[in-house]
Amino acid sequence: MLEVTSISKTFAGFKAVNSANLTVRKGEIVAVIGPNGAGKTTLFNLITGIVKPDSGRVLFKNEDITGLQPHEISRKRISRSFQVVNVFQRLTVFENVQISVLSRERMTWNIFTPSAGLAVKETDTILESVGLLDKKNRTTALLSHGDRKVLEIAMALGGDPEFLILDEPTAGMAAEETSRCIELIKMLSRTMGLTILFCEHDMEIVFGIASRIMVMVRGCTVIQGSCDEVRCNEAVQDAYLGGSDVCL
Amino acid sequence: MSRKTISGMGAGIIILLLFPVFLPRFYVYLASVILLYGLLATSLNLVLGYGGIFQFHHAVFYGVGAYGTTLMLTKSGLPAIFAFITGPLVSAAFGLVLGIICIRLSRLYFGMLQISLGSLVWAIVYRWYAFTGGDDGIHGIPMPEMISSPKSAFYFTFIITIISLYIMWKIIRSPFGSVLQGIRDNPVRSGMIGINVRRHQLLALVLAGFFAGVAGSLFVVVDNSVFPDMLFWTLSMEIVIMCLLGGWFTFLGPMLGAAVIVGLRTFVSMYTVYWALVLGIIMVLVIFFLPSGILGYAVEKFERGFRKPEGGEQ
Repeated sequence: MLEVTSISKTFAGFKAVNSANLTVRKGEIVAVIGPNGAGKTTLFNLITGIVKPDSGRVLFKNEDITGLQPHEISRKRISRSFQVVNVFQRLTVFENVQISVLSRERMTWNIFTPSAGLAVKETDTILESVGLLDKKNRTTALLSHGDRKVLEIAMALGGDPEFLILDEPTAGMAAEETSRCIELIKMLSRTMGLTILFCEHDMEIVFGIASRIMVMVRGCTVIQGSCDEVRCNEAVQDAYLGGSDVCL
Repeated sequence: MSRKTISGMGAGIIILLLFPVFLPRFYVYLASVILLYGLLATSLNLVLGYGGIFQFHHAVFYGVGAYGTTLMLTKSGLPAIFAFITGPLVSAAFGLVLGIICIRLSRLYFGMLQISLGSLVWAIVYRWYAFTGGDDGIHGIPMPEMISSPKSAFYFTFIITIISLYIMWKIIRSPFGSVLQGIRDNPVRSGMIGINVRRHQLLALVLAGFFAGVAGSLFVVVDNSVFPDMLFWTLSMEIVIMCLLGGWFTFLGPMLGAAVIVGLRTFVSMYTVYWALVLGIIMVLVIFFLPSGILGYAVEKFERGFRKPEGGEQ
């Protein structure tokens, strides 16, 4: 479904992503792992058009989407959440998701219909599926960190994606919130049939939900493979886990 | 909207409508000027407070609207109604052109480029004696009989201002308005949910330009004159301060800010020529003590008092 070939990006002489490769097939949950600064977020930014690549290609459903604007990529039904919470602070939970739904339904140029009555059902359905319906009228600035991360995912769902990218979905969450979030991700994959690409530091989560794993170190792809392949790979253990005696 | 708000607004409108009956001519003029400045500040706030775009030279569109209407009135010989439509449309067109040039830059850089380009427009108006009257401006502009007296000018200004505010209110509550506020809070995220950020900002700039042009045309009705100072950047700063002082995240804040600033300017100028100094002090006080403006502060207070009984869970 997604095919990234030898993509590179350099920021002021620093090779953030260095000819990385990534393949994601339909229906998979793929995890990208790697130490801090390995280029995971940059890779996601390159796929979603927020950062333009220096070289390399991104194919989505056999269509070249390299270098398109973020809103154009979003229209191809690719959605993402952000690592650092990235929501509309002054708006309510409901409005945050509603804007996303309105955007998908191409209603953003409507200047005379009150938006209060538009896309209410779709928005409520999404809020219910992620468990935020009871907080829909709160201003986002007043939400807990965990709820805001979940709202991130809800906004991404507003675009009715086929392909969902989650940048450290559980970062900073309390234990209970984390397990709820994992259930949510599993549910999105199982019942809604989404293809999911995510990155995460917590290995338990990675091995718990990923069907395949891609390991990135210093901007390069070290290996792509099943959980077992990655677990037993020596290069991964050397580079990422700091020695082959550590066993996962 | 609650019944209380509606009856409050109704009472306000009736008091305003009775103004010309009781007040001397000067105050009727002042009230008209406050209304049209309030409209001007609200139009800026559409992009500033709701759009998060630093439109630092909004007076350009006000001035262009006023000159557009005036030149049509004095030079074209067409019925006056065309002049009043042309002014705002020319402003909107200026909003589009300046917007296309400036929107590539973000935030402060947008504002800086806009001040430069706007000053260019001011310089042209200031120098082009044959067409714009240069630094003298144009005075004694003929008005249709219906709106030629101060009283009728007031009523005309009043009606047009209310209609314009209503339309802007509708715009803010529309999907486009929601998207605009989303872009203000987070442009990157807006792009990622499929919104073409620049184009939406551009439409907002055109709409803001249009309503600034309406305010400019109203000034022609009230004052029967235009002059280059209407496009000068100091006026733009004053409009920004109106928004900040009144409360730039509230809808009626800019109108309140306009009333305070225009009122103060009028009375302070009677005693001293250092109006700008007073304005500067006001600005400093607002930044330190009322960062969300008068109305913003009132709304916060009110909401806090209102929420307390629920147990204050936040």
